[in-house]
Amino acid sequence: MMRVTRRYRFAASHRLHLADLSEEANRDLYGKCNNPFGHGHDYILEVTVAGPRDAATGLVIPIPSLDKLVYEQVLQDFDHKYFNVDVSDFADLVPTSENIIRVIEGRLKESWNAAFPGTWPRLDKIRLQETKRNSFQLIESEITK
Amino acid sequence: MLITRRAEFSASHVCCQSSLTPEQNREVYGSAANPSGHGHNYVLEVTLEGEPDPGTGMIFDLKKLKEIIQQAVVEPMDHRFLNYEVQPFNEVVPTAENVAVEIWDRLKPHFAGAPARLRNVRLYETEDLFVDYSGRD
Repeated sequence: MMRVTRRYRFAASHRLHLADLSEEANRDLYGKCNNPFGHGHDYILEVTVAGPRDAATGLVIPIPSLDKLVYEQVLQDFDHKYFNVDVSDFADLVPTSENIIRVIEGRLKESWNAAFPGTWPRLDKIRLQETKRNSFQLIESEITK
Repeated sequence: MLITRRAEFSASHVCCQSSLTPEQNREVYGSAANPSGHGHNYVLEVTLEGEPDPGTGMIFDLKKLKEIIQQAVVEPMDHRFLNYEVQPFNEVVPTAENVAVEIWDRLKPHFAGAPARLRNVRLYETEDLFVDYSGRD
């Protein structure tokens, strides 16, 4: 089995705030990320796909097809947006990177079988880098079947 | 324990199958199907697995690893057009996947009976696209 990893970028802003906590408790919990006006990051998204090489094409996955799926399911909705306001998934969900990566997983899985109908290629890993110092990843065993 | 050595080479390639139309090739390979070819600064990471020798404190002599990578991969592939100058890419499409497998096959014999085993080959075609191969499809 071989793994292919493709890296994508999007810029977005967010604010970490829970409505049922006091202003002070939110500041204690989320620190600067609780700033009322939000703040932004240049996120890096890495999508890893696993499978055998197709005998004819020599590919595990046609990259244009993966790019199209990731663009349509994630990038076009997330890039240059304010998560809390512009992306409906976060209307009632605090846009921590942990929650963002699960939303990305759900969005990719939703269209995966239509885009890639066979057993392979499989979604193997998702990694989301919020800053150079913070990254989050879901490995294969954690990805919802 | 794992050790990883990085190397770079620059090469051009074109990804297309003669049995497909230009439109079909573009659909499968995207801009990599441009008939005149294009180049990349490939980055190769070779990972070995083993235990440090109690005497030397090393898993494998890194100078030797550097020489193996240089002779087996960098010299034959650097500044080459893979499809025309490096076999088997006269017949096999030089996708990142296939190039990684070819690199694995060229490196593997050098570690027969060695204290460390070849664990993984990672090949970056660009900063935004890489493949990992560990010996089995």
